Amino acid sequence: MTDSTQATQDESLYAQLGGEPAVNAAVDIFYRKVIADPRINTFFFGVDMAKQAAKQKAFLTMAFGGPHNYTGMDMRRGHARLVEMGLTDRHFDAVLEHLGNTLRELGVAEPLVKQVNDIAESTRTDVLGR
Amino acid sequence: MTRVRYQDQTIELVPDQTVLDALLAQGIEVPFSCRNGTCQTCLMRATEGNPPEESQKDLSPALKLRNHFMACVCRPTEDLTVTLPAEGEATLTAVVSHLEPLNADILCVDLLVDAPFDYRAGQFLTLLKADSLGRSYSLASVPGLNTHLELHIRRLPEGRISGWVHDELRVGQEVTIRGPGGNCFYLPGQPEQPLLLIGTGSGLAPLYGILRDALRQGHTGLIRLYHGSRSAEGLYLKNELRELAGLHPNLEYIPCLSGEAVPEGHAPGRADDFALTENTDLKGWRVFLCGHPDMVQQAQIRAYLAGASLQEIHADAFHVERHPFDKSEPGPDEGTQS
Repeated sequence: MTDSTQATQDESLYAQLGGEPAVNAAVDIFYRKVIADPRINTFFFGVDMAKQAAKQKAFLTMAFGGPHNYTGMDMRRGHARLVEMGLTDRHFDAVLEHLGNTLRELGVAEPLVKQVNDIAESTRTDVLGR
Repeated sequence: MTRVRYQDQTIELVPDQTVLDALLAQGIEVPFSCRNGTCQTCLMRATEGNPPEESQKDLSPALKLRNHFMACVCRPTEDLTVTLPAEGEATLTAVVSHLEPLNADILCVDLLVDAPFDYRAGQFLTLLKADSLGRSYSLASVPGLNTHLELHIRRLPEGRISGWVHDELRVGQEVTIRGPGGNCFYLPGQPEQPLLLIGTGSGLAPLYGILRDALRQGHTGLIRLYHGSRSAEGLYLKNELRELAGLHPNLEYIPCLSGEAVPEGHAPGRADDFALTENTDLKGWRVFLCGHPDMVQQAQIRAYLAGASLQEIHADAFHVERHPFDKSEPGPDEGTQS
């Protein structure tokens, strides 16, 4: 094994995905997908859409393994209103689907897509308030 | 050592402490979520002092200009006086200088203030009838073009403020105003960028201000204004807008009627439908949406899906019967009308 492959393997998921510029590119694609999806878009509407997109960026940064300070409690608190509105596994699955497709559209390799998916998946019980 | 003032408290920051942590440490409850300078939940505004650049990352130019910042990543380098976005507006006295009906439901109210009132066309002010009773109205006047403040106030059924304005307000009367607020306004820079303006009813007020402000500041790009109403009687300022379009070849005025009767010179259908069917590629456009909340919400989504960037979509939803001091209502970005 050469030094460079060693370095690549040691690199964080966030760095491998391309860091913040990659998150920005992903948010743009991801949020358009979410907003265009009638199964889930009502959960993502708000008069201030720029603020909504900023929340998606915070979520994707975390799912990309990037720097974040979210706790499970924050996730619960932040989604409690949506759970009251009827947020369920079905909606969570749809979001994961868009996340995966966003990454594939950006040409991200499957093993990395899976890692991102796993991180997002780990928030499921908190997001759904269980 | 830097200090942060919030309401009547002055807090000394320890080195490297953020404004959010300092406020929370004092037991002051302000909203926050990601603590990472991303989600913008902890948005605040500095009314004195300048927040550091990194605390304004990714905020829209309008928010930056008005000294908004994210408290969770704000490590001030100078003393700051901070407020939540909706607070911290000045209260002052104004005199009604002119009243004129614009159509059967909408009254043009001109106000004069003796103290400086620093605003941008398209922002809103709150008109107070009593200390706890007020409604927000968008500014149709343009600083540098008008010496007065101009509001277009629609009479609403049982509207406590709009009824008072229509029935009791007289020229010469003193009123109390608070403001300005809101981030729906024109910013110079990129004068060649095309602008799409869509408004319904008295949603024309901010747009009338914004488009004249853009022209005054030398905007050269296309400006398309779609003003919608159910019937021709609901439209107003038609002559003024046609005249303005005659003077400025880059301004197009398209009155839209959603009712059955559509006389010549009007487009058929709802203003947002018509505008977003005509303009399908909004990449690189700046979009302003003002009026009925449902229209604003739907048009915002369509404009975004048509390629407009969220930073370039300025929305001002007129929530009817909404109390501006009710903290349960959404943020600082909407005008309210009643």
